[in-house]
Amino acid sequence: MAETLAIEFSVNGRRRTMDVPVNLTLLDLLRDTLGLTGTKLCCNVGECGACTVMVDGRAVDSCLMLAVEADGTEITTVEGLAVDGEMSPLQQAFLDKGASQCGFCTPGQLMAAQALLAENPDPSAADVQEGLSGNLCRCGCYYQITEAVLSVAEGAHR
Amino acid sequence: MRMFAYERPTSLAQAVALLDANRSDARLLAGGTDLIIGLRDGSERPHVVIDVKRVPELCTGIREDAAVVTIGAATVMAEVARSQLIRLRFPALAEAAAVVGSAQIRNRATLAGNICNASPAADTAPPLLVYGATVLAAGPGGTRRIPIAEFFVGAGVTALAPNELVVAIELPVPRGRVGAVHLRRTRRRGHDLASVTLCCGVDQSGQTRIAYGSVGPRPVLFTDDTGVLASRDSSNEAKAEILEKMFAGASPSKRSMRASPEYRLAMLRVLGSRALQTALDRLAEGRADG
Repeated sequence: MAETLAIEFSVNGRRRTMDVPVNLTLLDLLRDTLGLTGTKLCCNVGECGACTVMVDGRAVDSCLMLAVEADGTEITTVEGLAVDGEMSPLQQAFLDKGASQCGFCTPGQLMAAQALLAENPDPSAADVQEGLSGNLCRCGCYYQITEAVLSVAEGAHR
Repeated sequence: MRMFAYERPTSLAQAVALLDANRSDARLLAGGTDLIIGLRDGSERPHVVIDVKRVPELCTGIREDAAVVTIGAATVMAEVARSQLIRLRFPALAEAAAVVGSAQIRNRATLAGNICNASPAADTAPPLLVYGATVLAAGPGGTRRIPIAEFFVGAGVTALAPNELVVAIELPVPRGRVGAVHLRRTRRRGHDLASVTLCCGVDQSGQTRIAYGSVGPRPVLFTDDTGVLASRDSSNEAKAEILEKMFAGASPSKRSMRASPEYRLAMLRVLGSRALQTALDRLAEGRADG
């Protein structure tokens, strides 16, 4: 039994229509079918946040979502942050603040932070820590990550 | 992940018919934050997965009508935590929804899924018990209402029949003022399961309700109608005696890796006393004014 379903969705602004196996996760679709390997496979149980993408503007763990559930949605992955090869302000801030060491968790951190800032443009340090508590960094760059996010927040230059 | 059939009903009648036809061979998919893990590790082996997110009867959001606030079964935790209506009427539920999982989990996980999964550690269970919620369930024979205190049967077991699903959770708007708070203890701040999760509510009439989870196979509710807990004039000894009776319902597992039974029982008392104090303070401040 190889059940598939036709879905229509957009990934980083590009409309796509495709048949997907119903037992495929969104994470596996992005990485293995679409080749968008910026989104990382790590714990695969929704603990670490390395697979975070935005679905209709909200951060979700793509390992905990079936690809068929993405039907009709707009997905943004880390590959969708840079515009014309220019890093987004948040990406640049991660670089400037040394918020990325081994880099494995960085795409997930960026997507969770992007969604956080969209909802709360002027977060406190505590808001950032809470908002990113679903993203683990084994290098322990939490301080730098919080700094980077705060540096692009609305109130950063007050 | 093993193969399964995927169904996406677009009416409650369709969803119930699918569930009735497949019963224990079917699993319902709402947020999927527990189910997908089970599908992947093989602990869940359904023949059919029924995605209920396109059933309009479940997608009613959060609304108030005739002194009842209804939360549709497809409503995610982030919506519950953000809702002005919930924060005003049932602040302890908003507090509990705000600490479930991580931001990513709260954007997918539903309130209905949290109670249907029936984890002993479900954070939304204690406030739902304290606020006297009712579960609206639908089956082939129509709908019925299940008081939340009868809904939790055991770890992973609810009062739902195999061919029933949750349509909504209903919360009666309190007639008078209520002070309530949700507190929990976790190993780390942020994304973690609770070692103790607890809610205390005190109302104007002097009734005190304390519900707690993660210290036994199911979340439980205790009510004090003597007025002793609600009174600022009661002695600490008198309060402690009643609280001890309430905490006698705890029987933490010896096998859990999260915390020892001794630690959980000690923290249950600490959280219970703190929650009672905060609930009394909030009642005095007139917060959650119905």
